[in-house]
Amino acid sequence: MNPELGNFALALACCMAAGQAILPLIGASRRDARLMALAPALAVGQMIALITSFACLIHAAITNDFSVQNVAANSAVSKPLLYKITGVWGNHEGSVLLWAMILSICGGAVALFGRNLPSALQARVIAVLGGVAAGFELFCLTTSNPFARVWPAPMDGQGMNPLLQDPGLAFHPPILYTGYVGFAVPFAFAIAALIEGRVDAAWGRWVRPWAVAAWCFLTCGIAMGSWWSYYVLGWGGYWFWDPVENASLIPWLTGTALVHSAIVVEKREALKIWTVLLAIGTFSFSLSGTFLVRSGILNSVHAFANDPARGVFILGLLALVIGGSLLLFAIRAPQLTTGGLFAPVSREGLLVLNNILLCSICAVVLTGTMYPPFMSLLFGKTISVGKPFFDATTIPLAIPLMVFMGFGPMMPWKRAQMWPVLRRLWWAACVTGVALVAATFQMREILPVLATATAVWVICSSVADIAERLRLFRQPLGQSWQRARSLPRAVFGAALAHAGVGIVVLGIAGMSQAAHRIVEVHVGQSEMLAGDSWTLTDVKPAEGPNYTALVATIEVRHNGRLVTTLHPSKRTFASQHQTTTEVAIHTNLMADIYGVLGDKHGDDANPTYVLRLHYNPLAPWMWLGGLIMALGGALSLSDRRVRVGAPRRANTVDVVVVP
Amino acid sequence: MTRKSRRLWLVVACMIGLGSAAALTLNAFSSNIVFFMAPSQVHSKPPPADRTIRLGGMVVAGSVHQEKVKDAPVAIFDVTDGQAAVTVRYEGILPDLFREGQSVVAVGTVNPDGTFRASEVLAKHDETYMPKEVAEELRRSGKWDPRFGKAPDAASWNTMTAADNAKKPATQTP
Repeated sequence: MNPELGNFALALACCMAAGQAILPLIGASRRDARLMALAPALAVGQMIALITSFACLIHAAITNDFSVQNVAANSAVSKPLLYKITGVWGNHEGSVLLWAMILSICGGAVALFGRNLPSALQARVIAVLGGVAAGFELFCLTTSNPFARVWPAPMDGQGMNPLLQDPGLAFHPPILYTGYVGFAVPFAFAIAALIEGRVDAAWGRWVRPWAVAAWCFLTCGIAMGSWWSYYVLGWGGYWFWDPVENASLIPWLTGTALVHSAIVVEKREALKIWTVLLAIGTFSFSLSGTFLVRSGILNSVHAFANDPARGVFILGLLALVIGGSLLLFAIRAPQLTTGGLFAPVSREGLLVLNNILLCSICAVVLTGTMYPPFMSLLFGKTISVGKPFFDATTIPLAIPLMVFMGFGPMMPWKRAQMWPVLRRLWWAACVTGVALVAATFQMREILPVLATATAVWVICSSVADIAERLRLFRQPLGQSWQRARSLPRAVFGAALAHAGVGIVVLGIAGMSQAAHRIVEVHVGQSEMLAGDSWTLTDVKPAEGPNYTALVATIEVRHNGRLVTTLHPSKRTFASQHQTTTEVAIHTNLMADIYGVLGDKHGDDANPTYVLRLHYNPLAPWMWLGGLIMALGGALSLSDRRVRVGAPRRANTVDVVVVP
Repeated sequence: MTRKSRRLWLVVACMIGLGSAAALTLNAFSSNIVFFMAPSQVHSKPPPADRTIRLGGMVVAGSVHQEKVKDAPVAIFDVTDGQAAVTVRYEGILPDLFREGQSVVAVGTVNPDGTFRASEVLAKHDETYMPKEVAEELRRSGKWDPRFGKAPDAASWNTMTAADNAKKPATQTP
């Protein structure tokens, strides 16, 4: 009964989305207040229907309803409750439903929080979101219905891929998807603005919080994905330049550019056409990201849903959404007037530079990701590009980006002099110089040294920016405190996010100095790595809920003092004949001690075990920095200026008022 | 600053940004692209010793054994595409999905003596999944054509003899 209810709710949501896509658009063009008022109502209705539908699927998974094919294929009675719930989005059908649900929540959020928008703009934004949602829900209903029944129902399900049975997976896809889908809102604003033929400072102010919110989620999602691969895949790496990872990095890069260029629209009414294009591009890359993952065009370690038939539907949807919006852009963009003038050396100038560099990095990553599949499609050559390629291309572009990042927040708008800015940053430059010298002694290669220095530069200049604004140490502390309270939170948010970038880059530079050894040892034998002595003291079997495990005990000692005891293990899942490696990590926030248990060799009387031991300096900083970046974004979202007093347009053309 | 000169600045900045991106990409492409090769290609046209390649094929059943070099375990196994086999030496932990008689992709360099020094060995998430390159290579070598049914039992790859291939020369040409 419940799966049918879920299916019905999904179909209902699809119909509401179709209505939501068409009626408000007609209403907005005819200035019909009643039709426009339908938009928020339909958006909220669609959101409720899809949440109901998703709840039905979770219910089916929890109650072991194996007559639902999706549950039978991905769940099992013995699976722990947490993974029964998270398993709902660990497969193709469920993840598409999750995607659609998040999109409908975005529509509902625009309906509920966007009440101060002009009604025509709000109606158009919700209509565009409805159109995209209708496409995805139709895709869900026709090609990948999560509620399809199977008859006769099996007694037990086939179980889930053991690699996906991990707490990290509970939160990684929903957060990442919220980031992907969240960029649908700036996209909808861009399309609505193109239909209206009008982009102004107020538009920039409305669109920016949505872009920042999506950016926060995407940042968190990418950081969590990287953390997941670090501790689940057990290779000691954190980023593999895998096509699926790149598919999330590309919209992040353009999304970051969007968040910055929208500031220029908001403050100076310049870069309007470019910002609209970035909004369209970011969501297009998000959609293509899904497409790349779901169709199997790009095979990768994430290949849990390879079905070209679905790819055709998604490809059609992509062509419609991306092609349609670019066509509209081409027709309408020339009508948008260009705005304020600025000198090359100014805040705007540096934000333009930021956009150029971010888009260059994006172009490089896109080329590296798309080149191999195109080569194999066109010329039948099988090639791949990996870490060396991406390191050689992205780092040289990222370093100038980071250098300019330090200056950006200090620059005055419109026209600036370099000298006063440099004078305020002198101590940051000194610290950077010290870091450069220290790093040169510590590290051998040039790129990690440069990365360390620029990261220190970014962190110091963010601190300098705040200190300068508070007149810290030049005024009594009480006055600085007063200034801090009156300073907009967005300023703190920006500084925090920039410092977060610096921390991430320090983590990456630290990881380039990571040491690892692969050893084969008897129980009781000790090995040295990075000044610590690692002793395998015990290996014994253990039972889990749906697996059996072999658990090792490794004692790590530094100069005879016990640092930590690691328990890496190997799990064998009987239902899938699959083994997984459980990494043991001990962190003191300055370095990770990372142990992996490998194969057992020799006879049972005198066995040896292969161990992989890693010492990863500054590794936690990468994810901590990502979190700080997202926190910075959240802090700037909590700014009073974003929440209330969103400005009316200069000369409002709205005739209708929603009763 | 006039509108015209601002536009000039923007164009110049864009050119520099995208130009350096293009230059970096082309430069990296010339040295960092990793080609996929099957064991028979490695035999007929060995790549230079400093060139990283991806070697793909099936692990010959019964060929996997371990050696210990200075406390570090080295896994040694043969990879075949049905035409020729290459011996792979890999210092490290083989992935959980690594099996004899199943497909594998190894990343590394070819030694002057013809053996392969792997820095990374990849086996895919799904145990029934065969990397596209490996499937393509098997089809090219005439071992298996996806148009004529599913892949034969993995365990039989290494027992197929050259005589089997000689019977169907039509499929040998790529």
